Amino acid sequence: MKLLQGKTGWMLLALAALAFPLLAQNNYLISVATQAFIMAIAALGLNLITGYTGQFNLAHGAFMAVGAYTVGILTVDHQVPFWIAFLLAGVVTAVAGFFVGILSLRLKGHYFSIFTLCVSYIMYLLIEKWESLTHGTVGIMGVPAPTGVGPVQFGTPLSQYYLVLAFLALGIWIMSRIVNSLLGRSFMAVRNSDELAEALGIDLMRTKTLSFVLSVVYAGFAGALYAGQVRFLGPDLASEVVTFDLVMFVLVGGIGTLLGPLVGTALVTWLTQGLQFLQDYRMVVFGPVLIALIIFLPDGIVGTWLNGRARRADTTRGKPHA
Amino acid sequence: MLEIIDLTKLFFGLTAVDHVSTRFERGQVSAIIGPNGAGKTTFFNLIAGTHRPSSGRILFNGQDVTGLRPDHVARLGIARTFQTTHLFDNATIIDNLIVGHRLRTRSGLWDVLVNTKRLQQEERTCRDKAMEALDFVGLAHISHRMAGDITQEERKRVAFALALATDPELLLLDEPAGGINPEETVGLAALIRKLVDHGKTVCLIEHKMDMIMRLADKIVVLNNGTKIAEGTPAEIRRDPQVIDAYLGVDHAAV
Repeated sequence: MKLLQGKTGWMLLALAALAFPLLAQNNYLISVATQAFIMAIAALGLNLITGYTGQFNLAHGAFMAVGAYTVGILTVDHQVPFWIAFLLAGVVTAVAGFFVGILSLRLKGHYFSIFTLCVSYIMYLLIEKWESLTHGTVGIMGVPAPTGVGPVQFGTPLSQYYLVLAFLALGIWIMSRIVNSLLGRSFMAVRNSDELAEALGIDLMRTKTLSFVLSVVYAGFAGALYAGQVRFLGPDLASEVVTFDLVMFVLVGGIGTLLGPLVGTALVTWLTQGLQFLQDYRMVVFGPVLIALIIFLPDGIVGTWLNGRARRADTTRGKPHA
Repeated sequence: MLEIIDLTKLFFGLTAVDHVSTRFERGQVSAIIGPNGAGKTTFFNLIAGTHRPSSGRILFNGQDVTGLRPDHVARLGIARTFQTTHLFDNATIIDNLIVGHRLRTRSGLWDVLVNTKRLQQEERTCRDKAMEALDFVGLAHISHRMAGDITQEERKRVAFALALATDPELLLLDEPAGGINPEETVGLAALIRKLVDHGKTVCLIEHKMDMIMRLADKIVVLNNGTKIAEGTPAEIRRDPQVIDAYLGVDHAAV
């Protein structure tokens, strides 16, 4: 087990991800994995505001749609180069997130969740009805693939896979910096008790807004990558189903852990794929598995493992005193 | 050090704190006592900025702090503990404490992304402060324990340490001895005395009269939101109004 911890563990994960296409040898599986990585980037972001900061945001999928549509509209209707549109997707989601954040974060607990759920639905309606901007229910077709950088092209599923993997790795690295820093400790103090955090001199609104904006920027970039990979955007991307998928990934993997969203996304995607032969009946298997998981592992897979490890470390270190 | 002038708080017509004036002197232990619902915690909430006073003024070291936000008040040097101690149970004690000194640091997102010298320096400072505070409350030996595994008394001490890590001048302690046994109460009283000996000023709410009478330099008695008495423990013991409203004959001076 020691091998799977710390830097070595992350290196092994990275190696497995790098080697996956060689083992899969199958374009379908490679694009499924690519989409899972895109969802994992969004899930990482959701985990920052929900897992680390304790604010259950139910508009996360809608921000993914904002990022995706920014790329779609700019590249298809205004012929903006992909990477410029990609960067602007981050900026647009950050700005939208800032304004939604300063409004919604005044509310606490369930009120915040319900408010963001409504925001999510409003964004969905905006995308569906504002035809002149978003093409409405027809959707945006023919989004260009990411343009090549130097000699590297991103037209094939394999190159897209490595591109998205690179962004995922960057996202994990930045997230690990954030959550292991004093800034991350401020976020966790707010999650633990906002009343106590404020008494310790932490500016609640500022801290929560920063966490919210950072988290939706992850969603925005995930959406931008989605646009470049799937090449077609419909308003369904902003529906609450996407958000609840992300919530599920985070819960299954382990909320408030760095690795949790990744494990959750990979596992749920794999399970969904594996059960596809059952068609709609797969929910009959899926539902109970999910419920059992929430009952027996409320901290998720990674969370349960980490708690166990921390407790074991405590007892071994405590021994000399006993 | 802290001057309260004609402080009033109304909650939808209910007067929780009613024209209270008093002052807490530097380097002393002041206690607020009174029956349940007398407005003691509301009084703390007004000082700490959790609630905005309906009228009246609060001066801290001569500076008007009335209606400031809690985080601002904390940065000015007023720390508080709560009746229930919120700790993150799945983390170690030291990890719970490091954030206590965050308010004295300035690292932001940029420092985090590029890992600046300032951030590294400030993280060290925060850890040192946390360890120092833990040592002060006598729990340095359990710094690595999980917060969920420690005793109620240890939790109280950790809450003190958390407040101390903010580098306060004044500590507001809300029922520091609530829910712990008499022996442990003596230990906590000694710790509060130690705080004062190290230059802190303490103001506490407490129901344990034995502890208060031995510890406090000054007692303020609240009943139904109004101040009914104020003075040294000896004076309070003799006050007929206080005996009537709160103490009963047990603790009265015979």
